[in-house]
Amino acid sequence: MRKRTQNIFVRRTIFAAAATFLGTIFALPLVWFIFAPFNARAELGLAIPSPFTLSNFATVFQNTFAMQALLNSLIQAAGGVVLVGGAATLAAYALSRSPIPGKGAVTYILLLFSSVVSGSAAMVPIFLIISAAGLIDTHLAVILVFAGGLLPTAMFILRDFIDAIPRSYEESAMVAGASPLQAFFDVALPVIRPGIVVVVVWAFVNIWGSFLIPFILLRSDKLMPASVAIYSFYSEAGTPIVTLLAAYSLIYSLPVIALYLFVNWKFGFRFFGGIKS
Amino acid sequence: MASVEFQNISKTFGAFVAVPDISFQIADGEFICLLGPSGCGKTTSLRMIAGLETPSSGRVMIGGRDVTYLHPKDRGISMVFQDYALYPHMNIADNIAYPLKVRGEQETRRHARAKEVADVLKIGDLMKRLPSQISGGQQQRTSLARALVYPSEVYLFDEPLSNLDAKLRLEARGFLNHLQRDMGMTAVYVTHDQAEAMALATRIAVMDKGRIVQFAPPIEIYRRPATTFVANFVGNPPMNLIAVEASIGEGALHLKADGLQLAPIALTDAIAKAATSGRMTLGVRPEHLRIAEPSDRNVVSGDLFANENMGPESLVTLERGDNGRVTARIFTDDEIRVGTSVHLAFDTRHVTLFDDSGARIPAADER
Ligand SMILES: Nc1ncnc2c1ncn2[C@@H]1O[C@H](COP(=O)(O)OP(=O)(O)O)[C@@H](O)[C@H]1O
Ligand SMILES: [Mg+2]
Repeated sequence: MRKRTQNIFVRRTIFAAAATFLGTIFALPLVWFIFAPFNARAELGLAIPSPFTLSNFATVFQNTFAMQALLNSLIQAAGGVVLVGGAATLAAYALSRSPIPGKGAVTYILLLFSSVVSGSAAMVPIFLIISAAGLIDTHLAVILVFAGGLLPTAMFILRDFIDAIPRSYEESAMVAGASPLQAFFDVALPVIRPGIVVVVVWAFVNIWGSFLIPFILLRSDKLMPASVAIYSFYSEAGTPIVTLLAAYSLIYSLPVIALYLFVNWKFGFRFFGGIKS
Repeated sequence: MASVEFQNISKTFGAFVAVPDISFQIADGEFICLLGPSGCGKTTSLRMIAGLETPSSGRVMIGGRDVTYLHPKDRGISMVFQDYALYPHMNIADNIAYPLKVRGEQETRRHARAKEVADVLKIGDLMKRLPSQISGGQQQRTSLARALVYPSEVYLFDEPLSNLDAKLRLEARGFLNHLQRDMGMTAVYVTHDQAEAMALATRIAVMDKGRIVQFAPPIEIYRRPATTFVANFVGNPPMNLIAVEASIGEGALHLKADGLQLAPIALTDAIAKAATSGRMTLGVRPEHLRIAEPSDRNVVSGDLFANENMGPESLVTLERGDNGRVTARIFTDDEIRVGTSVHLAFDTRHVTLFDDSGARIPAADER
């Protein structure tokens, strides 16, 4: 009996030690990421800043190109998210609720193509299309291409979500006197909302971190997003200026963290919840 | 309140025929139950009245108005769903008041009205809760309140009590019965529970494979089931059905089956006609059987299968070899003592005969 408890104790200790070791390895870059921006002599090695300084941030804030880029990222991400969120919700709702034959195949084929559209293989045709449309070097170009690439997956996720919601919600609303539009906005939309939130966050993160599409579709400095502007913290020789890069990266990641916190506080991340009693 | 009429309604899903051809009329103020086994087309029929399903052919009339292609919101109906369909993001007050909201009623007035109805249904103190925060019975009453909160031509129910436990179900059934007497509502009520149908309906439509087999008041359905299907579906336990060989001799009908001793039955034209096939089904309700005495002439015998004491009554079941079981319902305060072999006696006045096809043969006193 005692032998066994000892045995368990030893095993637990080993497990905890291994888990701590692995955890530390993964945590190290994050710790660097938090400390380096406040260190005036930051290098690629991990070091606790002494003294703590905001001088890196001061320099970064003076870089107007980089600051404008953060705003551009926000515009492009917000535009893309609104388009993807709105269009995916309506399309997924229609695909889920209407008796269109072959609607499953439609979603799968779109899904297949979407990985092509957002992949680098399609960059040349996309560039040609956008340039033929006269949209090169506009926010709209970036927003449209992202929306096109993300929509199929967003529709797929949302359709699955809506399929799991009983039709009797909208049916009972319509029997009670609601028009289809009222039934959608009063009853279906609030119930679908957790799914939309997931899609919105996912789309935002995708656009926020993307480099290739804006890099190809935009020319002027004043439209470039942060993912491109981050390269202005490289020296001409192509080596990173670690101090500034670290500070800018921290600022760059803040909106994403803020979005997660906000969504979690406001809606909570649930995928299939709040429907069944 | 209004009448409801189905004129040659059919409904197919792809190649599958859910409802081949149904016609019926429901008068103003009737409480109709659609009764039948699962998958027989009850919900489909109800949804065609509601406008949630469009008939493949035929016409639906409500109050003499053709509503076949009318949107559900314009039909003046109320419906209680099997899963209640309470909106999870609205509290009970908003759930009940929703039909008034879409009718443009202002907030204070619609909440006052919702409270009135909720109080009648004894959920008035739950108004601020979410549907997930109340019990199943309370959810059921909330969905009922939402259906009752506005005036309606026809009330539709799709197995509204099937998700409740036995005790709550009885309570809710009693309340619905009271409500019907109180309001005189026109209602179509779908159920697969024959006891519910018997208790609530002014008339029952018994359905089988998308067809109405019999449409009659509960007593009629119980006493004179049109077919063996109805006989076997209604009653708890249902009517005993014994396959018998029929022959005519000396001006009377002779029925033969294993374990059955039966005095000849007086002939009528209908019986004589049905007997030509040589096969019939003898039906007798469990409450019309009693433990036999030596002097009894009409007796069915077999080995004891079960003896269940239900309080005021006992269910005694015998097994006739491989030829099926017969259950008797015996009302007595005393415990029933039976040996391994059981003899049950019955009165031929309480026997129902079905012909070879399963249709009931009219008794001698019917014209
Ligand atoms: N939307 C549908 N698509 C295909 N078949 C359906 C659909 N709705 C119902 N059915 C079929 O029609 C038959 C009758 O269904 P239903 O009316 O729900 O039966 P009940 O309510 O009596 O149990 C069933 O066999 C069911 O599978
Ligand atoms: Mg059903």
